[in-house]
Amino acid sequence: MQFGIFGVGDIAPDPTTGIPRSETKRIHDTITLAKAADELGLDVFAVGEHHNPPFVASAPPVLLAHIAAQTQNILLSTSTTLITTNDPVKIAEDYAFLQHVALGRMDLMLGRGNTVPVYPWFGQDIRDGVPLALEHYNLLHKLWREDVVDWEGRFRTPLQGFTATPRPLDGVPPFVWHGAIRTPEIAEQAAFHGNGYFANHILAPNLHFKPLVDFYRQRFEHYGHGRAQDAIVGLGGQAFLAKRSQDAYNGFQPYFESYPMFRGTSLDQVAESTPLSVGSPQEVIDKTLTFQEGFGDYQRQLWLIDLGSIPIEVALEQLELLATEVVPVLRTEMDSRRAPGVPDAPTHASLVEATYGEAEPRQARPRPNSGDNTSGPLPYLDSDPAMPAQMPRFA
Amino acid sequence: MSVGEAPLRLVAISAGTGDPSTTRMLTDRAVQATATRLRESARVVSAEVIELAPIAAQIAQSLVSGFPTETVKEAIERLAAADALVVTTPVYKAGISGLLKSFIDLLDNDLLIAKPVLLAATAGSARHAMVVDDQLRPLFAFLRALPAPTSLFAAPEDWGSADLGKRVERAGGELAALAISGVGRDIADGGWSGYQHSFGGSATRAERTADDIDIDTDLMRLARGGS
Repeated sequence: MQFGIFGVGDIAPDPTTGIPRSETKRIHDTITLAKAADELGLDVFAVGEHHNPPFVASAPPVLLAHIAAQTQNILLSTSTTLITTNDPVKIAEDYAFLQHVALGRMDLMLGRGNTVPVYPWFGQDIRDGVPLALEHYNLLHKLWREDVVDWEGRFRTPLQGFTATPRPLDGVPPFVWHGAIRTPEIAEQAAFHGNGYFANHILAPNLHFKPLVDFYRQRFEHYGHGRAQDAIVGLGGQAFLAKRSQDAYNGFQPYFESYPMFRGTSLDQVAESTPLSVGSPQEVIDKTLTFQEGFGDYQRQLWLIDLGSIPIEVALEQLELLATEVVPVLRTEMDSRRAPGVPDAPTHASLVEATYGEAEPRQARPRPNSGDNTSGPLPYLDSDPAMPAQMPRFA
Repeated sequence: MSVGEAPLRLVAISAGTGDPSTTRMLTDRAVQATATRLRESARVVSAEVIELAPIAAQIAQSLVSGFPTETVKEAIERLAAADALVVTTPVYKAGISGLLKSFIDLLDNDLLIAKPVLLAATAGSARHAMVVDDQLRPLFAFLRALPAPTSLFAAPEDWGSADLGKRVERAGGELAALAISGVGRDIADGGWSGYQHSFGGSATRAERTADDIDIDTDLMRLARGGS
């Protein structure tokens, strides 16, 4: 079971001063939090993607590459990478590059995104959101698994003789989670490939997403990846803790009041009816255990703890309480409740082992430049001769 | 009364806020007229009225948070389970009640597909007589509901006119006829996949569990790597 934190680089006024952080400060606060999460032994740090203020979240691979260099053990991920508006070719390259930089200590989560104008800004139509996400992932999947890709689809320029570089580390593509909260087709795609499925599990009623998780589990089994209970499920959550419950409620109240999605509601009500955990470490533990009861055994729990309005000092206190008083207890408790044989989420090491066993993993070595900035129809020394590049060539 | 037949469920929404409320009075008369006609046709009828005023704050809250509160959800589920609806609004500032519109805004697009509905409004002046047909009818057209041909409207003077009672009876008869005919059910059953749906919705035919999901669609094939 992996425990970690996720965020989207949002910036909002600090309710005590009324002043929002600068973009520089927010970016470096995020890095500080990631380093602390690593030092405190959390398993995952994930950042989301937005392309508009008040967010600084436009370049997750850049941020994660920097964090990779500053951390030792924590797995870096996204929450989410926009599979709809990004070019899947660039996603293939950026995240494979990150995989090499981080030496496999990464994976990624794909989502449609929820900012309406981002579609037209990136030349897409939001009404095509679902088919865009599906088709783009189909291409991404191929780009990471085939050295030479010929491809034609509805949304993107066709490809002829294209090789996404670098090839995935050790020839093993990054593990992919598909994030969705309302779209059975995305769950189907995750299940078909045996990829992970993530429900953000924030801002909605408790267990609201269970039917989709169940569908994903059922289809995961249908496609022969394992039993339904073995499907790779991740859940979000949101937490604000203090040693004493009332201090947590009092401490969170000002941030709660200024959060757009909570307007018109009371903190008590939201804490009662949604996955938001506010209270003592024990209360957060109890609430999180209800997720396991409701959704079944799952592999990844991420909490949102650093809303844009929460100063880094407060976020670090939250992180420490979470990592020292909540996560260790949950590790033990959830393990003891876990059904026998339910797997952990894949990591680079486990995927390498599953792919090669004792054999040596692939190390892609390109052939020399053939004089036109390509390495010819068989781009790597070990390229499959049955799949040469079909490139336009002049005699 | 026929034995063994499930009762027809008549559900009314009243957006009136007063007590007593003329909107509620018109609602009750329309429900009464419809139920009477249904009983004359040997049908077992259950009737219930959802008052929006007591859940007004929850309606507003549900709009902002994006998810209906439990109370609002319960009201929506009663609409979904209805065989026929009566919807009554007061006219404010030459338009339908914002409370009613807020409530309607919370409904899934497919909640009321082909559902027989009697539309009604009350107002302080006969000059607002067209609000029900100019505003409520297009709203229920968007929802693909099945409005009865006759709409009801009551200005103050109508409460002293026998004609109001006649119109109520006529409209109630129309709604009863639509409900008895089963045409709404036939329309929805016959072309359900052709309407816009969302997973996990409140409509009686909505896909709610893994077993309901249609996996034989173009998008599902694309999800499995096909084109």
